[in-house]
Amino acid sequence: MTTPGRLPDPYARDGGANLADILERVLDKGIVIAGDIRINLLDIELLTIKLRLVVASVERAKEMGIDWWEDDPALSSRARHRELARENTELRARLSRLEAPPVEEEGS
Amino acid sequence: MTGLRYVYAVCRPFGAALEDGPAGVAGVPPRQMSHRGLIAIVSTVPEEDFAEAPLRAHLEDLEWLTATARAHQGVIDALTSVTTPLPLRLATVFRDDSGVRAMLEEREEDFHRALERLDGRVEWGVKVYAEEERKESVQEPAGDRKAVSGRDYLRQRRLRHQAHEEMRENTERFARRLHETLSGFAEDSLLHPPQNPALSKAAGRNVLNAAYLVPRSASEAFVERVDRENSGVPGVRVELTGPWAAYSFSADEGRARP
Repeated sequence: MTTPGRLPDPYARDGGANLADILERVLDKGIVIAGDIRINLLDIELLTIKLRLVVASVERAKEMGIDWWEDDPALSSRARHRELARENTELRARLSRLEAPPVEEEGS
Repeated sequence: MTGLRYVYAVCRPFGAALEDGPAGVAGVPPRQMSHRGLIAIVSTVPEEDFAEAPLRAHLEDLEWLTATARAHQGVIDALTSVTTPLPLRLATVFRDDSGVRAMLEEREEDFHRALERLDGRVEWGVKVYAEEERKESVQEPAGDRKAVSGRDYLRQRRLRHQAHEEMRENTERFARRLHETLSGFAEDSLLHPPQNPALSKAAGRNVLNAAYLVPRSASEAFVERVDRENSGVPGVRVELTGPWAAYSFSADEGRARP
């Protein structure tokens, strides 16, 4: 079930878990206890970490909607609409390029 | 002995050694620390890496974070095969053994309650991807602007868009139904945000990323159920991961169910 990725996955014994599977559990889930070493993963660092991860591959992230980390899953349809809106904008831009030498108006 | 104490998990005494044990965070094999009927799983880790400032810096380093997260999960995974651990969040660090013991005492009731609730249960991860859609959008940029008139282009584009949209709706309907079905099988479920492909390296668009709490004894049936769903739906891929420790169901707060 493991998908061919660019990184070899030493974690194959875990049923094909990828890095995102692991990080979303060890960083986002599990029991929170304030240790003696105070690192607030929840409020600051976690977001920073994830932002950095996204920035590391900004092109891919843009393709898929960059705000995945703050998206409530219940809102994933909102993300879908945003993607639609973006696609719409692209289409319009393309359309106006195509129509640069004025041709008849088509569609809406 | 100097060094800090990195705590992976809390569990009940399980009377087995973690043989062939996982390497552990910072390459230090974990040991069991017993206190008042609870066991903390602990590695002694170097201060130069796990004191506040270096730890903070390390967490900004994806390579370090990846290695540490995998090591942490490796230990939790080993525990899951012998008992039901309560996984703690990554990088829970104490000054010394007495700090760990104090924590065990302070949270004693919470731990017992959670251990009782999760006993004999594991977590399964199920993700749904829309596959076809991706292939399409890969073809698009090469899109034939050359051969067609503006009108044809628009028509093609519109048809493709409709097909696209239909596919999305089918996939989401499938994902919703799958989630309902699996939630019926599971004792509890939780939706994670869809995954970032930059991290997951997975192909396709992640439309469902869910976790299910399932008794060990029911796991085989659960896995079979997921496998069955996986067959024969064009453009949709279902991925199963697990069994995980019950990461997504460990936190007590905000859980309505006992």
